[in-house]
Amino acid sequence: MIPAGFSYVRAGSVQEALAELSRHGGAARLLAGGHSLLPAMKLRRAEPGVLVDIGRLRELSYVRLDGDQVAVGALTSHRTLERDPVVAEQVPLLAAAARRIGDPQVRNRGTIGGSLAHADPAADLAAAVLALDGVLVAHGPSGVREIPAGEFFTGPRQSALAADELLTEIRLPAAAGLAHAFEKFSRRALDWAVVGVAVQSRPGGRTAVALIGMGPTPLRAVAVEEALAAGTPAAEARSLAARGCEPPDNAVASSSYRAHLAEVLVGRALAL
Amino acid sequence: MIGSAVPRKEDAALLTGRGTFVDDIHRPGLLHMVYVHSGEAHALITQIDTEAARALPGVVGVWTARDFAELPARPSVPGLERGYLAGDKVHYVGEPVAVVVATDRYLAADAARAVRVEYEPLPVMATVADALAPDAVPIFAPLESNLALEQQVTPHDVADELDASPHRLRARLVNQRCAGAPLEPYGVLADWTGAGPTIWATVQAPHRVRAEIAERFGLARHLVRVIAPDVGGAFGVKSSFMPELFLAPELSRRLGRPVKFVETRGEHMVHTYHGRDQIQEVEVGFDDEGTILALDVTLTVNTGGVPDPVGIALATLTSYMLGGCYRIPKIAARFRSVVTNTTPTASYRGAGRPEASFLIERVVDLVARRLGKDPADVRRVNLVQPGEMPYQTPFEGIVYDEADYPAALDLLLDRLDYAGLREEQERRRADPGAKLLGVGLSTFVEMGGFGPTPLFEQFGYIGGWESANVRLQPDGSAIILVGTAPHGQGHQTALAQIAADELGVPFEAISVLYGDTAVVQEGIGTMGSRGMPVAGNAVRQAAADVAAKARLIAAHMLEAEGDDLVRVEAGFQVKGVPTAEVSLAAVAERSFKPHLLPAGTGLGLECTSYYEPSNLSYPSGAHGCVVEIDRETGHVHVLRYVCVDDCGTVINPMTARGQIHGGVAQGIAQALYEKVSFDADGRPLNASLEDYMLPGMLDLPGYETHHIETKSSFNPLGAKGLGEAGATAAPQAVVNAIVDALAHLGVRDVEMPCTPERVWKAMHHAS
Ligand SMILES: Cc1cc2nc3c(=O)[nH]c(=O)nc-3n(C[C@H](O)[C@H](O)[C@H](O)COP(=O)(O)OP(=O)(O)OC[C@H]3O[C@@H](n4cnc5c(N)ncnc54)[C@H](O)[C@@H]3O)c2cc1C
Repeated sequence: MIPAGFSYVRAGSVQEALAELSRHGGAARLLAGGHSLLPAMKLRRAEPGVLVDIGRLRELSYVRLDGDQVAVGALTSHRTLERDPVVAEQVPLLAAAARRIGDPQVRNRGTIGGSLAHADPAADLAAAVLALDGVLVAHGPSGVREIPAGEFFTGPRQSALAADELLTEIRLPAAAGLAHAFEKFSRRALDWAVVGVAVQSRPGGRTAVALIGMGPTPLRAVAVEEALAAGTPAAEARSLAARGCEPPDNAVASSSYRAHLAEVLVGRALAL
Repeated sequence: MIGSAVPRKEDAALLTGRGTFVDDIHRPGLLHMVYVHSGEAHALITQIDTEAARALPGVVGVWTARDFAELPARPSVPGLERGYLAGDKVHYVGEPVAVVVATDRYLAADAARAVRVEYEPLPVMATVADALAPDAVPIFAPLESNLALEQQVTPHDVADELDASPHRLRARLVNQRCAGAPLEPYGVLADWTGAGPTIWATVQAPHRVRAEIAERFGLARHLVRVIAPDVGGAFGVKSSFMPELFLAPELSRRLGRPVKFVETRGEHMVHTYHGRDQIQEVEVGFDDEGTILALDVTLTVNTGGVPDPVGIALATLTSYMLGGCYRIPKIAARFRSVVTNTTPTASYRGAGRPEASFLIERVVDLVARRLGKDPADVRRVNLVQPGEMPYQTPFEGIVYDEADYPAALDLLLDRLDYAGLREEQERRRADPGAKLLGVGLSTFVEMGGFGPTPLFEQFGYIGGWESANVRLQPDGSAIILVGTAPHGQGHQTALAQIAADELGVPFEAISVLYGDTAVVQEGIGTMGSRGMPVAGNAVRQAAADVAAKARLIAAHMLEAEGDDLVRVEAGFQVKGVPTAEVSLAAVAERSFKPHLLPAGTGLGLECTSYYEPSNLSYPSGAHGCVVEIDRETGHVHVLRYVCVDDCGTVINPMTARGQIHGGVAQGIAQALYEKVSFDADGRPLNASLEDYMLPGMLDLPGYETHHIETKSSFNPLGAKGLGEAGATAAPQAVVNAIVDALAHLGVRDVEMPCTPERVWKAMHHAS
C-alpha cells in the first residue's frame, strides 16, 4: 500500500507530455485518472520512475459528433460518458458500459483513455469500444496513428500503444437508433466483470458481439457474429459464445463457469 | 433513559472526521516502524542481509529476531512460546522476519524491501489435511507433530444413543476462514519517556495489554500507560497480542524516540490473525418427529503457523454451544487444533460460538429435509421451552438464562409471512422463467457477558468483572470512567443512559471516558458481548451508590430523613412539600463543603464499583433470510433479512439495531462472499480488498429488526449483550435459504462462501 519512490511532472499540453515521455524513456508513465495506475503502484505491481500527469489537459475531455463519427477525447471521464447527450443519442452502448464501472468516485476520476490504455481484459469500456468498431488515435514522437480497436489489445494489460505514445481520441461510428445491449456479471454490485458482453447492431443487420473476462484481452465473439450473420437464431447462436475463447481459470471464477456465463449473458444481450 | 433511542454521543466527532485514531497521533521526533514479512509459507531462514537497507536515507536501523532474544516471549500457549520475529524459520506468508525503523514511513517501506532474506524452502502444508498427513513434517518447532491440541470435551461418547436412534445422518460442514478487516487496521505508537512507555494502540483490553507489556519489561504497572484512543472497529482481531505491541516500546526505549507502526491494508490481510476456519464432522440421531436424541461432533480447527493461546482453544466454546437452543439430551464433542502454513487464527466476532450455531442450525435443516418435514416444525419440537429456564445444557457450567425461544420463532415466522413465502416458492418452482426462492431459518443462542472470573482467567485476564467509577462534578454533571475499551459499540451513549436513570442527571450532562490505564481504574475490556451485561451493571451499581449518598446529603440540606425524599426532575423534594426542594447541582456542590455536611460524611459524590457477573449470559433470537437465485448463473440475491433478537434489556434500540445490522452484514458476508484462501504453496490468493470479497452496501439487504425482551435474571440490568449475535445467526440463515431454494433439485449443502459459481455447480450437479 506504499508505492516505491517516483518523481512527478505535470504536462501542460500534449506536446509537453510527449516530450516528457521521450526524455525518460520507458521509466515514465502517463497519469490520467489514476484509478488503475495508483492502485497498481500501491500494490507495487507498477514502479514507474516518473509520473507524467495529463489529468489537467482539459482539451482532451470532449465528446463531439463529427459527421458519421463520434469523437471522444481520451481524458473524458466515465461519468461524462454516462451523461453526455451526444453519447446517449449516437453511441448509447458506451454510456451503458460506463454506467457499470465501479462506483461514482471511480467513474468521476477514471477516463476512457486510461481504461483502454490500461487494457485490462475485464474493462467494461473495452467491450463497448470493440463492439462499436472504434478507432484509437495515438500521438507519438513520429506523429499520429490510428489503431482499430480490434488490433489494440495485445495481452493482459498490454496494448499496441508504445511507451512514448499518448492516446488522444477514440473515434466511434455513430449508431443512433440501432439496438445495443451491455450485460455484466460481477461478484459484487460494484465490481469488475467476471464476464461481460457488449452487443451492437450495425446498419445492414449485422451484429457485433464483444466479450470481457473471457481471455487475455477483450475480444470479439466471432463465432456468434458469424452464426447470426448466417441467420442462426439468437437462442442458438448464444451457445457459441465461448468458442475459440481461453477464459482464465482463477480464484474469481473457473474457465468452465466463465464459458457458461458467456453463453447466458450473450443470450440475454441478444434478447434485448 | 434506558430503552430510548437517543443519538450517539460518539457520532459528532466521528462523522465530521474529528476522531483521534492511532495514526492521527503525532509526537515530536516520531520514527516509523515497518516489517519485513515472509514471502514464503514454510522455509528455513539461511541469511538476512540488512546492509543495503541500512544504507538507505532516513533509515535508523534494522533488527531481526536475535536482536530481541532477551525479551521474554509474547503471551503464548505454555510450552509453545512464540517470539516477535521469525528466527530460524518462517511458518506462513506474512510472518514478520525483521523490522525497519526510519524517519519516514515511505522510507521505511522502501528499506524493508531492500532487506534480503534468503530461504531454504521446506514442504508447505497449507491445509489441515496436508498438515495431518502421515509424512507431514512438524511446522512449529516445540511440537512433534502438527496436532497442536487434541481435546475430548465430553468424557463420554454417544455411540449407544446413536445406535438406539430411529434415524441418523452424518454431515461434514466447513466454516471457512475470514478476515476481521476493520476499517482501521492495527496500529501502535510507543513513546518511552523517563521510567516507562506510553503506548497508544488499537486494542480491546488496555489494562491487560499494560500488564503484558509491564511484565516483559520488568516494570511496575504504574510506569506503563496504555491508551486505546478512537478505535475503528476490531471484531476481536485487535485482542491478539501482535508483536508490534512489544516491539514498538522496545525500539522506543532503545532509540530514545517515539516509534509508530500502522499496518497497511495488504499487510492486515496476512499479518493480523484471521478467524473461524473449522471443519465439522457431525453425526446426529433423531426420531420420526425430528426430535434430536444425540449429537456427535468432531471439530478440526486450523490454527495457522504459530498457535495463538486464544485461537488454539476456541473450539472449546464451539463445543459448549453445540446444542444451540435445543433440548439435546446427549452430546459428545472433541476437537483438534492443527498447525498449518497459514496466518494464525484467533478471535473474530463471535469467536467459536458462530461455528456452533452454524453447525446445529445446518443439522436441524438436514434432519428436516431427511424426514420431509418443514424446518420450522423440526425446530419447534426441539426448542428448549421458556418454563425450563434457566436451562442446564449437557455441558457443566453452561446454563442458559431466561429466554422464550418458541416466541422468537413464532414472531419471526409471522413477520416473514412464512406460509405466504412457501406458496410463492412453489409458484416460482413451477415457472421456469422465475428465479428460485428460498427461505432459511436460524434460531440461535450464543454466549455473551464474558465473565465470570473463573472462566475469563482461562483466557489470561485478571478477572471477568468490569469496573466503573461514577463521579459527580460540583455542578451536578457526571464523569464516568469505565474499564471497557469500546471500538464502535457506543458505550459513551448506552452507559450514560444507564447512569442517567440511576443518578437523575440528564443524559447530556454525563461524559463516559475509557481506554486509558493512567486515568481509568483497573478494567477488563471489550469483547465477548460483555459491554451492557457486565460494564452496564458496574455503571448501574456505582451510579446507584452515588445517588444514595446524594440523597443523604439532600436530606441533610432539607432537614428531612432520606426516606422522606422523592426524586423530582431537578433533584430531591420532601414528599408532599413542593417548596422543600433541592437541586442535584446544589447537592453536588454541597458534597465538597466539609463543614456543611452531616458528621462523618466523606467529601465528594463518587463511587467505584466492580461488577462480577454470576454467570455468562445467552443472547438468542430467530433470524430468517429470503433469497432469490438466478437459475442460469447461480447468483444469490438476498431479498429480505428479518431478525428477531432477544438481548434482554435493550438500553438503546437504535445502537442495538446498529450492532445487529453490522453483525448480520458480516454473517451474510461469510455466507456469500468472504474466504481467506491460499494456494497449495501457502501463498495468499486474496491479500487485498481488490480480491478479498467484502460486500458493499448494494450487496446487502435492508434489515427488518424486531425485539423480544426477556430479561436475564443473571444480572440486575437484565441485559444479555448483542455485539456478536448478528454474526452468529446470519451465515446459516443464508445458507439454509440457499439450500432451501435448491432442495427440490436434490441439493443438501452448499459450502460457504456460496459464490454464484458454487451455487451454479450445486444446481448443475444435482440436476
Ligand atoms: C475501486 C475501483 C473499481 C473499479 N471498477 C471497474 C470496473 O468495474 N470496470 C472497469 O472497467 N474499470 C474499473 N476500474 C478501473 C477504472 O475504470 C479506471 O479508471 C480505468 O481503468 C483507468 O483510467 P484512469 O484514467 O484512472 O487511468 P490511470 O490509472 O491514470 O492510467 C491507467 C494506465 O493507462 C495509461 N494511460 C492513461 N491515460 C493515457 C493516455 N491518454 N494515453 C496513453 N496511456 C494512458 C497510464 O499510463 C496507465 O498505464 C475500477 C477502479 C477502481 C479503483
